[in-house]
Amino acid sequence: MAFIPHTSADVQEMLAAIGVSSIEQLFEEIPKELRARAMRGVPSQLNEMEIGRLMSERARMDGRPLCFIGAGAYEHHIPSAVWSLTTRGEFYSAYTPYQAEASQGTLQLIYEYQTMMASLTGMEVSNASLYDGASAVAEASLMAVRANRKSKSQRILIPATVHPHYRKVARAAASNQGVRFEEVPYCTQQGASLAAALSRYEGQDVTALVIQQPNFFGILEDVDALTDWAHAHGALVIAVVNPTALAVLKPPGQWGKRGADIAVGEGQPLGVPLSSGGPYFGFLTTRMEYVRQMPGRIVGRTLDVTGRPGFTLTLQAREQHIRRAKATSNICTNQGLLVTAATIYMSLMGAAGLERVAAASHARTRELVSALTRIAGVRLAFEGAYFHEAVLSLDKPVAPLLAALASRGILGGLDLSEHYPELEGALLVCATETKTSEDIELYAGALTEAMSGLATRGLATRARPATAA
Amino acid sequence: MHSREKVIFEYSRPGRGAMDQWPHEEGSALADLPEGIRRTGRPLLPEVSELDVVRHFTRLSQLNFSIDTHFYPLGSCTMKYNPKACNQYAMLPEFLGRHPLAPESHGQGFLACLYELQEMLREVTGMQGVALSPMAGAHGEFAGVAMIRAYHRSRGDLARNEIIVPEAAHGTNPATATMCGCVVREIPVDAQGDVDLEALRAAVGPQTAGIMLTNPSTLGVFERRIEEVARIVHAAGGLLYYDGANLNAILGKVRPGDMGFDVMHMNLHKTFSTPHGGGGPGAGAVGVGARLLPFLPIPLVGKSASPEGERYRWLAEQDLPQSIGRLSGFMGNAGVLLRAYIYMRMLGREGMSQVGEYATLNANYLLARLRQVGFEAAYPERRASHEFIITVKRQARELGVTAMDFAKRLLDQGFHAPTTYFPLLVPECLLIEPTETESRQTLDAFVAAMEQILSEAMQEPEHVTGAPHTMPVRRLDDVRAAKQLDLTWKPTAQS
Repeated sequence: MAFIPHTSADVQEMLAAIGVSSIEQLFEEIPKELRARAMRGVPSQLNEMEIGRLMSERARMDGRPLCFIGAGAYEHHIPSAVWSLTTRGEFYSAYTPYQAEASQGTLQLIYEYQTMMASLTGMEVSNASLYDGASAVAEASLMAVRANRKSKSQRILIPATVHPHYRKVARAAASNQGVRFEEVPYCTQQGASLAAALSRYEGQDVTALVIQQPNFFGILEDVDALTDWAHAHGALVIAVVNPTALAVLKPPGQWGKRGADIAVGEGQPLGVPLSSGGPYFGFLTTRMEYVRQMPGRIVGRTLDVTGRPGFTLTLQAREQHIRRAKATSNICTNQGLLVTAATIYMSLMGAAGLERVAAASHARTRELVSALTRIAGVRLAFEGAYFHEAVLSLDKPVAPLLAALASRGILGGLDLSEHYPELEGALLVCATETKTSEDIELYAGALTEAMSGLATRGLATRARPATAA
Repeated sequence: MHSREKVIFEYSRPGRGAMDQWPHEEGSALADLPEGIRRTGRPLLPEVSELDVVRHFTRLSQLNFSIDTHFYPLGSCTMKYNPKACNQYAMLPEFLGRHPLAPESHGQGFLACLYELQEMLREVTGMQGVALSPMAGAHGEFAGVAMIRAYHRSRGDLARNEIIVPEAAHGTNPATATMCGCVVREIPVDAQGDVDLEALRAAVGPQTAGIMLTNPSTLGVFERRIEEVARIVHAAGGLLYYDGANLNAILGKVRPGDMGFDVMHMNLHKTFSTPHGGGGPGAGAVGVGARLLPFLPIPLVGKSASPEGERYRWLAEQDLPQSIGRLSGFMGNAGVLLRAYIYMRMLGREGMSQVGEYATLNANYLLARLRQVGFEAAYPERRASHEFIITVKRQARELGVTAMDFAKRLLDQGFHAPTTYFPLLVPECLLIEPTETESRQTLDAFVAAMEQILSEAMQEPEHVTGAPHTMPVRRLDDVRAAKQLDLTWKPTAQS
């Protein structure tokens, strides 16, 4: 019970060795009046068979709908090898690699990960991960305040086209330290950030500009012009990027004349399942000149006493366990196991495979947009070029349509009205390489019926074959 | 254990790849993307077969110590067994495939688990409300201190920006206070390991936002005058934060809410046995008393009655207008929360009350045995909690063998090292936490190893100071690592 191996003989001998008569006696230093009562609010124990039955039932309640939602979390094919290796006990049940000699596997893997992420983003150095994409934007903002020594304003410009949750998280995490976030509006025709809106900051102290590519709408921003504007005005550039897209889009390190200064993003597309939002991992890469301003752990290669190469945590003087109140961040535990999955995923895909994932995802989204915009009352909301995700404009209210689709096992996208009340009838849709032409036709057919109000009961609902994820 | 594995890039051969994993589309599908926005050079990713990948990462895994392979008595980290069922049933395809923005209609099973997890955590901590979204202990600390700050601000009590921290606290405590825009004030502990009450009385005042405490403390002993500490801080208008790193010690025996704490985090990856994953993911759920309920981070999971029965739903800004806000892109480390849920349901109320008991039994037994074979306890007058400190300052002084040397030599003996040099105020210390899932026989084997190292330290100290001898690498040059930064592999670099 409770995975406790003690026999009663063990317990008696152990108590004798300690010199007490009961386990209870070991708690004698805790004041009596504080001692807990029975925990009635916790149900009685279940054995593995019983919990397996319960969880399988719970899982069945959630079903396996056909999902066309993206919005920061993307359903990609995950090779079997990724989680088969990641869940090996030697990775799964190890701690943070403090004892380097007994953690060379984890340390070398992180070094390989750092190499891949730095190259993918076109930057020089990477840390060992942050919690998720949203918290990475918050950490990057705080890092920009430290790194941009010329700026005193702690003012960060963050376009409305950056993921709404990322903006909220950045505010919740960084505003306690006096960082101010100011929103840059977008062009309602193109769906991209309004470069002209930046003119009001001419001559003012701006610490950093955040640029998301592709942006939350899936629209491609003019990253070169925005980056050059920021640098011309003494601001650093924080790039927020999708790692799949980086296989085919210009990496942040090459944006504009000088490149972005910090690149962050959500690592989930790299072999991490959707899993209701986590665990995912945030990545953060930067220029070598800012390496000491980075938050989080970093692994370096060094030599042992016999001159053989080995790996170890390094630059720890930035971190909370050494620097305490003056650390670059309070982060300790990060998302190591997800980095393991991502490193294995990137190794299996390679540059060519990742490029194909990007190409296939984009092709499926174009096919989806094309199928849906053939329906009367559905059109693309923006004219700007998009990548692998797009906003549709519907002439019917979105919420009841999505509910009708959901009742048929189709999750039709994200209703944008909560975050962008000005965008009436806007629906953010996404398809990845996991969607087939049949899936897309199924969606288009269901939407057509839902929109014409002709959907009737008894229509076939989508049932997906149960396959191991 | 084999000694070394090449870096994956060294296996690369142009044109090789795990092509069975790739979609069919070629780059031509991207022809509509505007000029100047495309990537020109390929990123440095390996070109290797699937078998190359499987062998490489399997070999890397074999260079690690882990709970599944070794006793791992890392103090303050609660390296207990991670039951396989927790992983298996959290990874059912419906759970893995569920999009974070999927509607509540397609998430009642998942939401039910989270709701019940909130309820069980409330019960075992004695708190009034629980939020699950913080993604690690330090993230939970951030949420907790941000709530303390928001509480004072909501009352117009703007001067309260000082957080009191005992000198032995985890480094995350002061770092968190800074991240929340607070100032840190450290206070000493007395010779018995309890908070120095006189120093505390002198420290509190109208500037006090709160105090962050771990109990049992990082010294491995229970803070006996916790009720007095609470009275002093509350009387001064401050709030008490409980750092849940050591919750395993008291699970089922005493509850932070009953000790007077207003807010706390729980390390679900410690007490509730979700895996550490080589450095995460964790989960740092926060619990609060009545005063801080309105400030909990969103989202929470709520339950309401409907004609079809109970329905679970997300609670967000409109439900908690005073919330400190959103701390994660979606719902924190949802898959970790499922693992903690499964663990708690398997333990049930019966098992839950045994965790603290057997963790404490193991720690006190191990301490007694180590003292028997000649090791010195840092707090010999005190009961150990779930962990304890031994100091080898005598061996360091007389034999030149340090705590680090003992730690490294333990690796050769097939044991992961305890935490070393923390807390900082005990010289040459080893902080040892066996956890409840280790058998007496494992503990005895550890004692035998420690005894052998002690005898080596007396007879051939250089064998200990030169350890480890059997690991994939010998001791690493940390100074070189920090001075000659090598953070990414370069194609031209020596292999």
